[in-house]
Amino acid sequence: MDLSRREFVVGLGALAVATALPLPALAITTPEQRDAAIREATKGAEIKPGRVTLGIPQVAENGLSVFTTVTVESPMTEQDHVRAIHLISEKNPLPRIVSFQLGPRVGRAKVSTNIRLANSQRVLAIAEMSDGSFWSDEKSVIVSIGACIDGG
Amino acid sequence: MALAIARVAMPATARKGDVIEIKALMRHVMEPGYRVDNRGQIIPRDIVKSLSVMYAGAEVFRMDMHPAVAANPFVVFSTVAVETGELVFTWVDEKGAATVEKKLLTVTE
Repeated sequence: MDLSRREFVVGLGALAVATALPLPALAITTPEQRDAAIREATKGAEIKPGRVTLGIPQVAENGLSVFTTVTVESPMTEQDHVRAIHLISEKNPLPRIVSFQLGPRVGRAKVSTNIRLANSQRVLAIAEMSDGSFWSDEKSVIVSIGACIDGG
Repeated sequence: MALAIARVAMPATARKGDVIEIKALMRHVMEPGYRVDNRGQIIPRDIVKSLSVMYAGAEVFRMDMHPAVAANPFVVFSTVAVETGELVFTWVDEKGAATVEKKLLTVTE
């Protein structure tokens, strides 16, 4: 079938629209989604600042892999230990980053991992204690090259 | 999961009651599902969901991951040496495929 010039031009336009549309809008977590993620982690309990130390670079050159350490002041005994640690993002596409389930057999309330940060933002670390209390620390991170961009 | 390779670094021996440090790494893209390929198609999400560590009859450590965990998920944690035995590390991806790595810890009195 021979395409007329008109059909060809119209087809070209349709093709351009079709290829442009599926590009996903790279959403940023809304404050409501972040609050919901925090509530999910704490089941609505009050979070007090303190006891938690979030170790994260002030300036992260590459948001694709940011070495992050969370340390919690706890004797890690059967009676008094850290049950869980949660990391919550402010401006990633999804607010939850990672959760750790610990217990007295971990021995030391310290975990490290590599996380992705899409933008400069505040990162929140929440620790759940065996007595049901929640403690937190928050740090601001400047991200030079964000994660989630193409080629990353 | 053909390329999935898990590595664990930890001491082979410890005294009873010692806290040992464990580093666990799994080779995985952790594709977040936001990126597009060079044809404009979204690359489907493919992430490791969890790492569970069993030792001496109980789960001593667990990590639940979201797409914001960097590629080749890496974690440093610790455990108390209680008895000689295997530590079993199990990573599970979103399709339910598991990668298992075992390390023997010899505990002396």
